[in-house]
Amino acid sequence: MQGVYIIGIGIHPFGRTDGLSGLQQGAYAARQALADAGLEWADMQFGFGGSDSAGNADTIVNELGLTGLPFINVKNGCATGGSALIGSWQAIASGQHDVGIAIGFDKHPRGAFNAMPAEYNLPDWYGEAGFMVTTQFFAMKLQRYMALHGISPASLGRVAEKAFRNAVHADHAWRRSPTDMDTIMNSQMVSDPLTKYMFCSPAEGGVALILASAKKARELGRDQVRIKAAVIRTRPPGSFEVFAPSMDIERGGAPTLLASSAAFEMAGIGPEDIDVAQLQDTESGAEIMHMAENGFCRDGEQEEWLANGWTNIDGKLPVNTDGGCLACGEPIGASGLRQVYENAVQLRGLGGGRQVRGTVRTAYSHVYGAPGISGVTILER
Amino acid sequence: MSAIAIADGVFREKPEPTLIGGRHRESGRIVFPCPEGKALWEAVDLPRQGTLWSWTVQRFRPKSPPYAGPEDFEPFAIGYVELPGAIIVEARLANVAFDALTIGMPMQLAVVPFSIDANGNEVRIYAFAPAGGE
Repeated sequence: MQGVYIIGIGIHPFGRTDGLSGLQQGAYAARQALADAGLEWADMQFGFGGSDSAGNADTIVNELGLTGLPFINVKNGCATGGSALIGSWQAIASGQHDVGIAIGFDKHPRGAFNAMPAEYNLPDWYGEAGFMVTTQFFAMKLQRYMALHGISPASLGRVAEKAFRNAVHADHAWRRSPTDMDTIMNSQMVSDPLTKYMFCSPAEGGVALILASAKKARELGRDQVRIKAAVIRTRPPGSFEVFAPSMDIERGGAPTLLASSAAFEMAGIGPEDIDVAQLQDTESGAEIMHMAENGFCRDGEQEEWLANGWTNIDGKLPVNTDGGCLACGEPIGASGLRQVYENAVQLRGLGGGRQVRGTVRTAYSHVYGAPGISGVTILER
Repeated sequence: MSAIAIADGVFREKPEPTLIGGRHRESGRIVFPCPEGKALWEAVDLPRQGTLWSWTVQRFRPKSPPYAGPEDFEPFAIGYVELPGAIIVEARLANVAFDALTIGMPMQLAVVPFSIDANGNEVRIYAFAPAGGE
Protein backbone atom coordinates (compact mmCIF):
# COMPACT_ATOMS: atom_id res chain seq x y z
CA MET A 1 0.00 0.00 0.00
CA GLN A 2 1.50 3.33 -0.98
CA GLY A 3 1.00 6.56 0.96
CA VAL A 4 -1.83 8.86 -0.13
CA TYR A 5 -1.80 12.66 0.15
CA ILE A 6 -4.41 15.38 -0.12
CA ILE A 7 -2.84 17.79 -2.60
CA GLY A 8 -5.76 20.08 -3.41
CA ILE A 9 -8.82 21.28 -1.53
CA GLY A 10 -11.88 23.24 -2.62
CA ILE A 11 -15.19 24.23 -1.10
CA HIS A 12 -18.34 26.04 -2.16
CA PRO A 13 -19.62 28.07 0.80
CA PHE A 14 -22.27 26.23 2.81
CA GLY A 15 -25.72 27.66 3.45
CA ARG A 16 -28.23 28.74 0.82
CA THR A 17 -27.20 29.56 -2.75
CA ASP A 18 -30.23 30.26 -4.89
CA GLY A 19 -29.53 29.85 -8.58
CA LEU A 20 -26.86 27.17 -8.23
CA SER A 21 -27.74 23.48 -8.17
CA GLY A 22 -26.02 21.16 -5.74
CA LEU A 23 -24.05 19.70 -8.62
CA GLN A 24 -22.87 23.16 -9.71
CA GLN A 25 -21.69 23.82 -6.17
CA GLY A 26 -19.76 20.55 -6.36
CA ALA A 27 -18.22 21.65 -9.69
CA TYR A 28 -17.24 24.99 -8.12
CA ALA A 29 -15.45 23.13 -5.34
CA ALA A 30 -13.76 20.82 -7.86
CA ARG A 31 -12.40 23.77 -9.90
CA GLN A 32 -11.07 25.36 -6.72
CA ALA A 33 -9.41 22.10 -5.63
CA LEU A 34 -7.81 21.64 -9.04
CA ALA A 35 -6.46 25.20 -9.00
CA ASP A 36 -5.15 24.61 -5.47
CA ALA A 37 -3.31 21.48 -6.66
CA GLY A 38 -2.07 23.19 -9.82
CA LEU A 39 -3.75 20.56 -11.98
CA GLU A 40 -6.40 20.36 -14.70
CA TRP A 41 -9.59 18.28 -14.80
CA ALA A 42 -7.93 16.32 -17.62
CA ASP A 43 -5.24 15.23 -15.14
CA MET A 44 -7.80 13.37 -13.03
CA GLN A 45 -7.43 9.62 -13.55
CA PHE A 46 -10.66 8.81 -11.66
CA GLY A 47 -13.38 10.31 -9.50
CA PHE A 48 -15.63 9.23 -6.64
CA GLY A 49 -18.52 11.42 -5.59
CA GLY A 50 -22.05 11.67 -4.36
CA SER A 51 -24.97 13.57 -2.93
CA ASP A 52 -27.92 12.48 -0.86
CA SER A 53 -30.62 14.53 -2.60
CA ALA A 54 -28.96 16.54 -5.37
CA GLY A 55 -28.55 13.93 -8.06
CA ASN A 56 -25.87 11.68 -9.49
CA ALA A 57 -22.34 12.99 -9.10
CA ASP A 58 -21.04 11.54 -12.35
CA THR A 59 -23.07 14.08 -14.34
CA ILE A 60 -20.42 16.54 -13.12
CA VAL A 61 -18.45 15.62 -16.26
CA ASN A 62 -20.91 17.86 -18.14
CA GLU A 63 -19.67 20.76 -16.05
CA LEU A 64 -15.98 19.90 -15.90
CA GLY A 65 -15.16 18.11 -19.14
CA LEU A 66 -15.84 14.88 -21.03
CA THR A 67 -12.43 13.37 -20.46
CA GLY A 68 -13.74 9.81 -20.25
CA LEU A 69 -12.48 9.28 -16.72
CA PRO A 70 -14.03 6.51 -14.60
CA PHE A 71 -16.38 8.15 -12.10
CA ILE A 72 -18.09 6.13 -9.34
CA ASN A 73 -21.30 7.44 -7.77
CA VAL A 74 -21.52 7.06 -4.01
CA LYS A 75 -24.76 7.15 -2.03
CA ASN A 76 -24.16 6.33 1.59
CA GLY A 77 -26.22 8.74 3.70
CA CYS A 78 -24.16 10.90 6.02
CA ALA A 79 -21.07 8.88 5.10
CA THR A 80 -21.36 9.73 1.38
CA GLY A 81 -18.37 12.10 1.41
CA GLY A 82 -16.35 9.81 3.64
CA SER A 83 -17.10 6.89 1.37
CA ALA A 84 -16.00 8.87 -1.70
CA LEU A 85 -12.77 9.62 0.13
CA ILE A 86 -12.24 5.96 1.01
CA GLY A 87 -12.83 4.90 -2.57
CA SER A 88 -10.33 7.48 -3.83
CA TRP A 89 -7.82 6.58 -1.19
CA GLN A 90 -8.00 2.88 -2.05
CA ALA A 91 -7.69 3.61 -5.78
CA ILE A 92 -4.34 5.27 -5.09
CA ALA A 93 -3.11 3.19 -2.13
CA SER A 94 -3.55 0.06 -4.24
CA GLY A 95 -1.19 1.49 -6.84
CA GLN A 96 -3.86 1.51 -9.55
CA HIS A 97 -3.85 5.30 -9.95
CA ASP A 98 -1.66 8.29 -9.08
CA VAL A 99 -4.15 11.12 -8.83
CA GLY A 100 -7.92 11.54 -8.60
CA ILE A 101 -10.77 13.48 -7.07
CA ALA A 102 -13.36 12.95 -4.32
CA ILE A 103 -16.44 15.17 -4.48
CA GLY A 104 -19.44 15.61 -2.20
CA PHE A 105 -22.30 18.09 -2.60
CA ASP A 106 -25.93 18.54 -1.66
CA LYS A 107 -28.94 20.80 -1.66
CA HIS A 108 -31.85 20.13 0.71
CA PRO A 109 -35.23 21.84 1.12
CA ARG A 110 -35.67 24.10 4.14
CA GLY A 111 -36.87 22.72 7.46
CA ALA A 112 -36.32 19.39 9.14
CA PHE A 113 -35.67 16.35 6.96
CA ASN A 114 -39.00 14.59 6.36
CA ALA A 115 -38.47 10.89 6.08
CA MET A 116 -41.22 8.47 5.05
CA PRO A 117 -41.78 5.23 6.98
CA ALA A 118 -41.59 2.95 3.94
CA GLU A 119 -38.04 4.12 3.22
CA TYR A 120 -37.06 2.67 6.58
CA ASN A 121 -39.15 -0.50 6.46
CA LEU A 122 -41.57 0.90 9.03
CA PRO A 123 -45.38 0.76 9.01
CA ASP A 124 -47.25 3.87 7.83
CA TRP A 125 -48.89 4.46 11.23
CA TYR A 126 -45.45 5.14 12.73
CA GLY A 127 -45.13 8.24 10.58
CA GLU A 128 -48.80 9.22 10.92
CA ALA A 129 -48.39 9.19 14.71
CA GLY A 130 -45.55 11.75 14.55
CA PHE A 131 -42.54 9.53 15.28
CA MET A 132 -40.69 10.09 11.95
CA VAL A 133 -38.83 13.12 13.25
CA THR A 134 -35.04 12.88 13.55
CA THR A 135 -34.83 15.63 16.18
CA GLN A 136 -36.78 13.40 18.60
CA PHE A 137 -34.09 10.73 18.43
CA PHE A 138 -31.22 13.17 19.01
CA ALA A 139 -33.06 14.72 21.94
CA MET A 140 -33.88 11.38 23.57
CA LYS A 141 -30.39 9.94 23.16
CA LEU A 142 -29.03 13.12 24.71
CA GLN A 143 -31.63 13.38 27.48
CA ARG A 144 -30.66 9.95 28.79
CA TYR A 145 -26.94 10.62 28.38
CA MET A 146 -27.22 13.87 30.36
CA ALA A 147 -29.08 12.10 33.18
CA LEU A 148 -26.61 9.21 33.35
CA HIS A 149 -23.43 11.28 33.10
CA GLY A 150 -24.25 14.60 34.73
CA ILE A 151 -24.14 16.86 31.67
CA SER A 152 -25.82 20.25 32.26
CA PRO A 153 -27.88 22.30 29.80
CA ALA A 154 -25.20 25.01 30.07
CA SER A 155 -22.73 22.64 28.40
CA LEU A 156 -25.09 22.35 25.43
CA GLY A 157 -25.10 26.13 25.22
CA ARG A 158 -21.30 26.33 25.40
CA VAL A 159 -20.93 24.00 22.41
CA ALA A 160 -23.21 26.18 20.28
CA GLU A 161 -21.57 29.40 21.47
CA LYS A 162 -18.16 28.02 20.47
CA ALA A 163 -19.45 26.95 17.05
CA PHE A 164 -20.73 30.42 16.15
CA ARG A 165 -17.60 32.07 17.59
CA ASN A 166 -15.32 29.87 15.45
CA ALA A 167 -17.43 30.33 12.32
CA VAL A 168 -16.83 34.08 12.35
CA HIS A 169 -13.39 33.22 10.94
CA ALA A 170 -14.51 30.57 8.42
CA ASP A 171 -15.34 31.93 4.96
CA HIS A 172 -17.23 28.79 4.04
CA ALA A 173 -19.50 28.78 7.13
CA TRP A 174 -23.18 29.73 6.96
CA ARG A 175 -24.03 31.27 10.33
CA ARG A 176 -21.15 33.61 11.07
CA SER A 177 -22.54 35.91 13.74
CA PRO A 178 -21.32 35.39 17.31
CA THR A 179 -24.27 34.34 19.47
CA ASP A 180 -24.15 34.63 23.25
CA MET A 181 -25.18 32.07 25.86
CA ASP A 182 -28.36 33.90 26.86
CA THR A 183 -29.62 33.97 23.28
CA ILE A 184 -28.80 30.30 22.76
CA MET A 185 -30.27 29.10 26.07
CA ASN A 186 -33.44 31.22 25.76
CA SER A 187 -34.16 30.60 22.09
CA GLN A 188 -37.19 28.55 21.10
CA MET A 189 -37.20 25.01 22.52
CA VAL A 190 -37.30 22.58 19.58
CA SER A 191 -37.07 19.19 21.22
CA ASP A 192 -36.22 19.24 24.92
CA PRO A 193 -33.45 19.77 26.04
CA LEU A 194 -32.36 21.28 22.70
CA THR A 195 -33.16 24.85 21.63
CA LYS A 196 -33.17 26.24 18.10
CA TYR A 197 -29.53 27.37 18.21
CA MET A 198 -28.40 23.93 19.39
CA PHE A 199 -29.51 22.20 16.16
CA CYS A 200 -27.90 22.33 12.75
CA SER A 201 -30.10 22.86 9.69
CA PRO A 202 -30.24 21.06 6.37
CA ALA A 203 -28.26 23.20 3.92
CA GLU A 204 -26.34 23.32 0.64
CA GLY A 205 -22.70 23.16 -0.29
CA GLY A 206 -19.94 21.29 -2.08
CA VAL A 207 -16.46 20.05 -1.26
CA ALA A 208 -13.75 18.49 -3.43
CA LEU A 209 -10.41 16.95 -2.52
CA ILE A 210 -7.62 15.99 -4.92
CA LEU A 211 -5.72 12.91 -3.77
CA ALA A 212 -2.36 11.73 -5.04
CA SER A 213 0.28 9.09 -4.47
CA ALA A 214 3.41 10.00 -2.49
CA LYS A 215 5.43 10.11 -5.70
CA LYS A 216 3.00 12.43 -7.46
CA ALA A 217 2.60 14.62 -4.38
CA ARG A 218 6.37 15.07 -4.11
CA GLU A 219 6.66 15.89 -7.81
CA LEU A 220 4.12 18.65 -7.31
CA GLY A 221 5.67 19.80 -4.02
CA ARG A 222 2.34 19.10 -2.29
CA ASP A 223 3.29 16.30 0.12
CA GLN A 224 2.17 18.01 3.34
CA VAL A 225 -1.15 16.37 4.21
CA ARG A 226 -1.16 12.60 4.40
CA ILE A 227 -4.17 10.33 4.97
CA LYS A 228 -3.27 8.01 7.84
CA ALA A 229 -6.67 6.37 8.22
CA ALA A 230 -10.08 6.43 6.56
CA VAL A 231 -12.78 4.03 7.71
CA ILE A 232 -16.55 3.69 7.86
CA ARG A 233 -18.53 1.32 10.04
CA THR A 234 -22.18 0.35 10.33
CA ARG A 235 -23.98 -0.23 13.62
CA PRO A 236 -23.38 -3.14 16.00
CA PRO A 237 -26.19 -4.93 17.91
CA GLY A 238 -27.83 -2.84 20.61
CA SER A 239 -26.87 0.59 19.27
CA PHE A 240 -29.53 3.30 19.74
CA GLU A 241 -30.52 4.68 16.34
CA VAL A 242 -33.07 6.95 14.73
CA PHE A 243 -36.63 5.69 13.98
CA ALA A 244 -36.73 2.79 16.45
CA PRO A 245 -40.27 1.84 17.58
CA SER A 246 -38.61 -0.48 20.09
CA MET A 247 -35.20 -1.68 21.19
CA ASP A 248 -33.63 -4.41 23.27
CA ILE A 249 -33.22 -3.79 26.99
CA GLU A 250 -29.64 -4.98 26.73
CA ARG A 251 -27.85 -1.99 25.19
CA GLY A 252 -24.76 -2.37 23.02
CA GLY A 253 -22.10 -0.31 21.26
CA ALA A 254 -22.31 2.38 18.61
CA PRO A 255 -21.02 2.66 15.05
CA THR A 256 -18.76 5.53 16.12
CA LEU A 257 -17.00 3.31 18.68
CA LEU A 258 -16.19 0.82 15.92
CA ALA A 259 -15.07 3.43 13.37
CA SER A 260 -12.96 5.33 15.88
CA SER A 261 -11.05 2.36 17.24
CA ALA A 262 -10.47 1.00 13.71
CA ALA A 263 -9.12 4.37 12.56
CA PHE A 264 -6.77 4.74 15.52
CA GLU A 265 -5.49 1.22 14.96
CA MET A 266 -4.92 1.93 11.25
CA ALA A 267 -3.09 5.18 12.04
CA GLY A 268 -1.04 3.61 14.84
CA ILE A 269 -1.80 6.48 17.22
CA GLY A 270 -4.29 7.18 20.00
CA PRO A 271 -6.74 9.94 20.96
CA GLU A 272 -4.06 11.64 23.09
CA ASP A 273 -1.99 12.20 19.92
CA ILE A 274 -4.65 14.22 18.09
CA ASP A 275 -4.10 18.01 17.76
CA VAL A 276 -7.48 19.06 16.29
CA ALA A 277 -10.81 17.27 15.78
CA GLN A 278 -13.96 17.79 13.73
CA LEU A 279 -16.79 15.81 15.36
CA GLN A 280 -20.35 15.28 14.10
CA ASP A 281 -22.44 17.98 15.77
CA THR A 282 -25.94 17.50 14.36
CA GLU A 283 -26.88 19.14 17.64
CA SER A 284 -24.83 20.40 20.60
CA GLY A 285 -25.25 17.21 22.57
CA ALA A 286 -23.98 15.10 19.68
CA GLU A 287 -20.61 16.86 19.87
CA ILE A 288 -20.53 16.18 23.61
CA MET A 289 -21.42 12.49 23.29
CA HIS A 290 -19.03 12.07 20.36
CA MET A 291 -16.13 13.47 22.38
CA ALA A 292 -16.43 10.35 24.53
CA GLU A 293 -17.46 7.90 21.78
CA ASN A 294 -14.31 8.85 19.84
CA GLY A 295 -12.12 8.31 22.90
CA PHE A 296 -11.09 11.89 23.68
CA CYS A 297 -12.52 11.83 27.21
CA ARG A 298 -14.60 9.62 29.47
CA ASP A 299 -18.39 9.88 29.75
CA GLY A 300 -19.22 12.85 31.97
CA GLU A 301 -15.83 14.56 31.75
CA GLN A 302 -17.19 16.83 28.98
CA GLU A 303 -18.74 18.99 31.69
CA GLU A 304 -15.27 19.92 32.95
CA TRP A 305 -13.83 20.15 29.42
CA LEU A 306 -16.45 22.67 28.30
CA ALA A 307 -16.41 24.72 31.51
CA ASN A 308 -12.65 25.10 31.03
CA GLY A 309 -12.80 25.80 27.30
CA TRP A 310 -10.60 22.83 26.42
CA THR A 311 -12.29 22.39 23.04
CA ASN A 312 -11.89 26.07 22.09
CA ILE A 313 -9.44 27.09 19.35
CA ASP A 314 -6.82 27.76 22.06
CA GLY A 315 -7.75 24.72 24.16
CA LYS A 316 -5.95 21.41 24.52
CA LEU A 317 -8.12 19.76 21.84
CA PRO A 318 -9.85 22.27 19.55
CA VAL A 319 -13.12 20.76 18.24
CA ASN A 320 -15.07 21.93 15.18
CA THR A 321 -12.77 24.80 14.35
CA ASP A 322 -14.95 26.06 11.46
CA GLY A 323 -18.14 25.94 13.52
CA GLY A 324 -19.07 22.42 12.50
CA CYS A 325 -22.56 21.49 11.34
CA LEU A 326 -24.07 23.92 13.84
CA ALA A 327 -22.61 26.90 11.96
CA CYS A 328 -22.13 25.41 8.48
CA GLY A 329 -25.43 23.53 8.21
CA GLU A 330 -25.62 20.00 6.91
CA PRO A 331 -25.62 19.23 3.21
CA ILE A 332 -25.48 15.48 3.81
CA GLY A 333 -23.28 14.54 0.86
CA ALA A 334 -20.73 17.29 1.52
CA SER A 335 -20.60 17.41 5.29
CA GLY A 336 -17.98 14.73 5.90
CA LEU A 337 -15.65 16.16 3.28
CA ARG A 338 -16.02 19.63 4.81
CA GLN A 339 -14.50 18.24 7.98
CA VAL A 340 -11.55 16.83 6.03
CA TYR A 341 -11.21 20.13 4.14
CA GLU A 342 -11.06 21.99 7.44
CA ASN A 343 -8.46 19.58 8.81
CA ALA A 344 -6.31 20.07 5.71
CA VAL A 345 -6.57 23.86 6.21
CA GLN A 346 -5.45 23.45 9.84
CA LEU A 347 -2.55 21.14 8.94
CA ARG A 348 -1.34 23.65 6.35
CA GLY A 349 -1.60 26.47 8.92
CA LEU A 350 -4.01 28.47 6.75
CA GLY A 351 -6.87 28.83 9.23
CA GLY A 352 -6.35 32.56 9.82
CA GLY A 353 -8.45 33.69 12.79
CA ARG A 354 -9.50 30.12 13.48
CA GLN A 355 -6.03 28.56 13.12
CA VAL A 356 -5.11 26.28 16.02
CA ARG A 357 -2.12 27.62 17.95
CA GLY A 358 1.24 25.87 17.69
CA THR A 359 2.17 23.07 15.35
CA VAL A 360 -0.73 20.96 14.12
CA ARG A 361 0.54 17.53 13.19
CA THR A 362 -2.54 15.32 13.44
CA ALA A 363 -6.19 15.99 12.63
CA TYR A 364 -9.25 13.80 13.23
CA SER A 365 -12.68 13.91 11.60
CA HIS A 366 -15.86 12.00 12.43
CA VAL A 367 -19.30 11.78 10.83
CA TYR A 368 -22.34 9.96 12.13
CA GLY A 369 -25.81 9.55 10.68
CA ALA A 370 -28.87 7.46 9.96
CA PRO A 371 -29.43 4.56 10.01
CA GLY A 372 -26.38 4.02 12.20
CA ILE A 373 -23.26 4.69 10.17
CA SER A 374 -20.05 6.42 11.12
CA GLY A 375 -16.93 7.51 9.25
CA VAL A 376 -13.57 8.57 10.67
CA THR A 377 -10.46 9.93 8.99
CA ILE A 378 -7.09 10.80 10.48
CA LEU A 379 -4.73 13.13 8.64
CA GLU A 380 -1.10 13.81 9.48
CA ARG A 381 1.36 16.44 8.46
CA MET B 1 -68.85 8.66 14.98
CA SER B 2 -66.93 5.78 16.43
CA ALA B 3 -63.51 5.19 17.94
CA ILE B 4 -60.89 3.40 15.84
CA ALA B 5 -57.27 2.41 16.46
CA ILE B 6 -54.51 4.21 14.49
CA ALA B 7 -53.60 0.77 13.12
CA ASP B 8 -54.73 -2.83 13.49
CA GLY B 9 -52.64 -5.35 15.38
CA VAL B 10 -50.58 -2.79 17.28
CA PHE B 11 -52.55 -2.59 20.54
CA ARG B 12 -55.86 -3.57 22.18
CA GLU B 13 -57.85 -1.14 24.24
CA LYS B 14 -60.14 -3.63 26.01
CA PRO B 15 -60.46 -5.24 28.44
CA GLU B 16 -57.22 -3.51 29.35
CA PRO B 17 -54.86 -1.40 27.22
CA THR B 18 -52.24 -3.82 25.87
CA LEU B 19 -49.42 -3.48 23.35
CA ILE B 20 -48.93 -6.37 20.95
CA GLY B 21 -45.29 -7.22 20.31
CA GLY B 22 -43.68 -10.02 18.36
CA ARG B 23 -41.62 -12.89 19.76
CA HIS B 24 -39.10 -14.65 17.54
CA ARG B 25 -40.00 -18.34 17.58
CA GLU B 26 -36.36 -19.45 17.63
CA SER B 27 -34.37 -16.82 19.52
CA GLY B 28 -37.15 -15.60 21.84
CA ARG B 29 -36.22 -11.99 21.05
CA ILE B 30 -39.11 -9.56 21.47
CA VAL B 31 -39.78 -6.62 19.16
CA PHE B 32 -42.54 -4.04 18.73
CA PRO B 33 -44.58 -3.85 16.61
CA CYS B 34 -44.99 -7.51 15.62
CA PRO B 35 -43.52 -7.97 12.11
CA GLU B 36 -46.35 -8.65 9.68
CA GLY B 37 -46.64 -11.71 7.51
CA LYS B 38 -43.54 -13.41 8.84
CA ALA B 39 -43.95 -16.97 10.11
CA LEU B 40 -40.97 -16.68 12.44
CA TRP B 41 -42.71 -14.13 14.68
CA GLU B 42 -45.65 -14.81 16.98
CA ALA B 43 -47.78 -12.07 18.52
CA VAL B 44 -47.25 -11.58 22.24
CA ASP B 45 -48.82 -9.23 24.81
CA LEU B 46 -46.25 -6.84 26.29
CA PRO B 47 -46.10 -5.86 29.99
CA ARG B 48 -48.40 -2.93 30.76
CA GLN B 49 -46.11 -1.19 33.22
CA GLY B 50 -42.55 0.02 33.04
CA THR B 51 -40.20 2.91 33.72
CA LEU B 52 -39.37 5.97 31.66
CA TRP B 53 -36.05 5.37 29.83
CA SER B 54 -35.82 8.73 28.06
CA TRP B 55 -38.14 11.46 26.80
CA THR B 56 -38.48 14.69 24.84
CA VAL B 57 -41.24 17.05 23.76
CA GLN B 58 -42.23 17.47 20.12
CA ARG B 59 -42.55 21.27 20.04
CA PHE B 60 -43.23 21.83 16.33
CA ARG B 61 -45.76 20.17 14.04
CA PRO B 62 -44.06 17.28 12.18
CA LYS B 63 -44.19 17.50 8.39
CA SER B 64 -47.24 16.05 6.61
CA PRO B 65 -46.97 13.58 5.09
CA PRO B 66 -46.35 11.43 6.96
CA TYR B 67 -47.77 13.11 10.09
CA ALA B 68 -51.57 12.75 10.31
CA GLY B 69 -52.28 14.54 13.58
CA PRO B 70 -54.58 17.56 13.99
CA GLU B 71 -53.77 20.67 11.92
CA ASP B 72 -54.19 22.66 15.09
CA PHE B 73 -50.94 21.54 16.69
CA GLU B 74 -50.31 21.13 20.40
CA PRO B 75 -46.83 20.05 21.58
CA PHE B 76 -46.77 16.47 22.85
CA ALA B 77 -44.32 14.43 24.90
CA ILE B 78 -42.81 11.21 23.63
CA GLY B 79 -40.43 8.79 25.26
CA TYR B 80 -39.02 5.33 25.54
CA VAL B 81 -40.43 3.13 28.31
CA GLU B 82 -38.58 0.07 29.56
CA LEU B 83 -40.95 -2.85 30.06
CA PRO B 84 -39.12 -5.19 32.47
CA GLY B 85 -38.05 -8.50 31.04
CA ALA B 86 -39.33 -7.63 27.59
CA ILE B 87 -38.30 -4.55 25.63
CA ILE B 88 -37.96 -0.77 25.51
CA VAL B 89 -40.81 0.79 23.48
CA GLU B 90 -41.28 4.25 21.99
CA ALA B 91 -44.60 5.93 22.77
CA ARG B 92 -46.47 9.12 23.35
CA LEU B 93 -46.56 10.22 26.98
CA ALA B 94 -49.97 11.29 28.29
CA ASN B 95 -51.55 12.79 31.40
CA VAL B 96 -48.28 14.30 32.61
CA ALA B 97 -46.89 17.83 32.72
CA PHE B 98 -43.73 18.24 30.62
CA ASP B 99 -41.77 19.50 33.62
CA ALA B 100 -42.78 16.44 35.67
CA LEU B 101 -41.11 13.99 33.28
CA THR B 102 -38.17 12.22 34.93
CA ILE B 103 -36.12 9.28 33.72
CA GLY B 104 -36.95 6.25 35.88
CA MET B 105 -40.52 7.28 36.77
CA PRO B 106 -43.08 4.43 36.77
CA MET B 107 -45.35 4.44 33.72
CA GLN B 108 -48.47 2.56 32.71
CA LEU B 109 -50.00 1.91 29.29
CA ALA B 110 -53.09 3.88 28.26
CA VAL B 111 -55.01 4.43 25.04
CA VAL B 112 -55.76 8.07 24.27
CA PRO B 113 -57.34 10.22 21.53
CA PHE B 114 -55.00 11.09 18.63
CA SER B 115 -57.15 12.88 16.02
CA ILE B 116 -60.48 12.94 14.20
CA ASP B 117 -60.29 11.34 10.74
CA ALA B 118 -62.05 12.46 7.52
CA ASN B 119 -65.10 10.35 8.37
CA GLY B 120 -65.49 11.89 11.81
CA ASN B 121 -64.09 8.86 13.65
CA GLU B 122 -61.97 9.40 16.73
CA VAL B 123 -58.55 7.85 16.02
CA ARG B 124 -56.94 6.44 19.17
CA ILE B 125 -53.31 5.68 19.94
CA TYR B 126 -51.31 3.94 22.66
CA ALA B 127 -49.45 6.07 25.18
CA PHE B 128 -47.82 5.78 28.57
CA ALA B 129 -49.02 7.78 31.55
CA PRO B 130 -47.59 8.01 35.07
CA ALA B 131 -48.49 4.82 36.96
CA GLY B 132 -51.00 5.15 39.76
CA GLY B 133 -52.27 8.55 38.64
CA GLU B 134 -55.49 9.19 36.81
